[in-house]
Amino acid sequence: MSKPDASEAVLSACALRARGLSLGWMGRTERVLASGIELELRPGEVGVLIGPNGSGKSTLLRTLMGLLPPLAGEVRLCGSDVTRLSVEERSRRAASVFTDRYDSGYFSVFDIVAFGRYPYTDARGRLSDYDRVAVHEAIAAVGLESFSERLFSELSDGERQKALIARAVAQDCPLLVLDEPTAFLDAPARVEVFHLARSLAREKNKALVVSTHDIDHALRFADKLWLMDGAHRFREGAPEDLATGGQIGRAFDGSGFRFDLASGSFKSILLAAPLAVSIENGTGPSRIWTERLVERLGLEAARPGERADAIASVAIEDSPGGTLFAIRPAGSDAMIEAASYEELADALRKLSIDLHIKTN
Amino acid sequence: MKDRRARLLLALLAIVTVLLVLTDLALGSVRIPLRGVARAILGFDTDSTWRTIVLIFRLPKALTALAAGAALAVSGLILQTVFRNPLAGPDSLGIGAGASVGVAIVVLAAGSDGGSAFFAGLGLAGYATMTIAASAGAFLVLAAILLLARRVENGVTLLIVGLLVGYLAGSLVSLLVYFGSPQKVQVYLGWTYGSFSSVTSAQLPVLYAAVVLGFALTARSSKSLNALLMGERFAEGLGVRVKSARTRVLLAAAILAGAATAFCGPIAFLGIAAPQAARRLLRSSDHALLVPGAGLVGAVFALAADIASQAPGNGAVLPINPLLALIGAPIILSMFLRGSSRERGAL
Repeated sequence: MSKPDASEAVLSACALRARGLSLGWMGRTERVLASGIELELRPGEVGVLIGPNGSGKSTLLRTLMGLLPPLAGEVRLCGSDVTRLSVEERSRRAASVFTDRYDSGYFSVFDIVAFGRYPYTDARGRLSDYDRVAVHEAIAAVGLESFSERLFSELSDGERQKALIARAVAQDCPLLVLDEPTAFLDAPARVEVFHLARSLAREKNKALVVSTHDIDHALRFADKLWLMDGAHRFREGAPEDLATGGQIGRAFDGSGFRFDLASGSFKSILLAAPLAVSIENGTGPSRIWTERLVERLGLEAARPGERADAIASVAIEDSPGGTLFAIRPAGSDAMIEAASYEELADALRKLSIDLHIKTN
Repeated sequence: MKDRRARLLLALLAIVTVLLVLTDLALGSVRIPLRGVARAILGFDTDSTWRTIVLIFRLPKALTALAAGAALAVSGLILQTVFRNPLAGPDSLGIGAGASVGVAIVVLAAGSDGGSAFFAGLGLAGYATMTIAASAGAFLVLAAILLLARRVENGVTLLIVGLLVGYLAGSLVSLLVYFGSPQKVQVYLGWTYGSFSSVTSAQLPVLYAAVVLGFALTARSSKSLNALLMGERFAEGLGVRVKSARTRVLLAAAILAGAATAFCGPIAFLGIAAPQAARRLLRSSDHALLVPGAGLVGAVFALAADIASQAPGNGAVLPINPLLALIGAPIILSMFLRGSSRERGAL
């Protein structure tokens, strides 16, 4: 077996490749989570792993990192079998960020990021000038320059996640694995982390593996989407193919919600045949937000003429002072005007309650 | 720079330690001026009584306090880091209890030639036996905890396990005490009060050999200790061979705590308090600074307690264990209360 070196890792066109991989646990009985996994990720690409809870995402990540032996098949990391890599060799090829909570004491952001240089420093862990430059570059790559002397424990969740990603960047590996990096983050921080993942792939030519529950962002940022459907199946594909092909819907749909192709997100399904409101016109934000309002009230937002039994039709008019609405209840010539979304909601709510009373 | 402040403090601590050693040599039933102490150590011919007191009686005691204090503190630091729990220490994880069982077996269950002669007539071999017994007891408990540590990730569970192991060891000791002869029990109880004065200059090399070995193992591990503080998964991702690194530092902790406990009795306070004090003083989690820092803080506490133990001036020598907590607890407490709420209980 030839000993692979760093130059080979850089030259390798494929950062990560799995062939005929079976995942699972070898206990008294073999428990297979998924089999026949074929995947490939090149430098500069973001692979996003999605799947319902318990479908084996973490197990796949651990197997890809060589932390867990596969039941069958093999994983090649920069050209060599990942299970044959020593701990040291692996730490120079793949850097990972997990969702663990850290009790980091007096470590500053710089100290935490400097852990990324661990595989390269001497026995006492002293940083060379080159190491220091690498740490500062990694901190700059995630935009935490002004935080580098702050205590890691004082950061917000989003800043911590970025500091941990910077640590992985400082580790200078061709492959970066981020396990649910957005788990504890608020919405803006989530977008930021996905943006960061993509820019690291594009600008630093890293291969990134990101696992997430955030389907919406997965579809927007993945170069390759990896789907574990919870029924032992694995799919690799462009996000658009897996969405329009129905695989995502089949993997996630449950009672009460379904994957909506039009919006690329999950919507709750209402109990049998909801009442509908027909939205007559409008484009852009005002139409989208009117649809959302209607759905929020537990009604279906229909296009003109789509539902003959719509309880009302709504016309939208964007004016400089705000959005105005004209509501026409079905089978009536009366018109209700609403000068805000709140008034629209009140009017529609009243209409559906009235109807409910009448039919009972 | 943060590091410069810490290094300055380390230098200061070293100076304080040296001053305390000199003070410890000067004070006692006979007060000897510092000049006399210095001349006795440097070998200038001074009053030969002073020379005898300083070199034969007081120097071994001071050197024992220095080594034992530093050893217990570093042992505690290692355990707090590996178990990522600020409450861990040689005692809370049952290691002190394990060492006690080792000593109890050697002292109480040893051959019939009399425990009362144990301290009086104990040769180098006897003390080496006791050190080995205490270290073995400490390491057995540690090994048991390590085995369990692989199954339970939760630190609180581990502490409960340590507590239970401690009770187990304690009950073994009380059985040995129950069946032991009164003289032997007396010797054993004397050992539990803690003392730095039972080590003679002939036995000192045994203690120092163990402590130097423990320190050497620890000093080589400051890099992996830093990584282990962040958790095993984090460390493994950085290329640390977690199991061997953890075994090495825990072995060091067992040797340090075992040797100190064997010679000076179970001094629990130092192992928990000194690492905490060092962290807050140096405001660092870097073990390259914390290992010497905790060692020096431990030595300072031990020397201060030893000095205080002979303070009454009536010739009576107070036991070390109660004194240490009496002096140390208020100091640590004030450090805790002055620190920000975030720092309390931080590792």
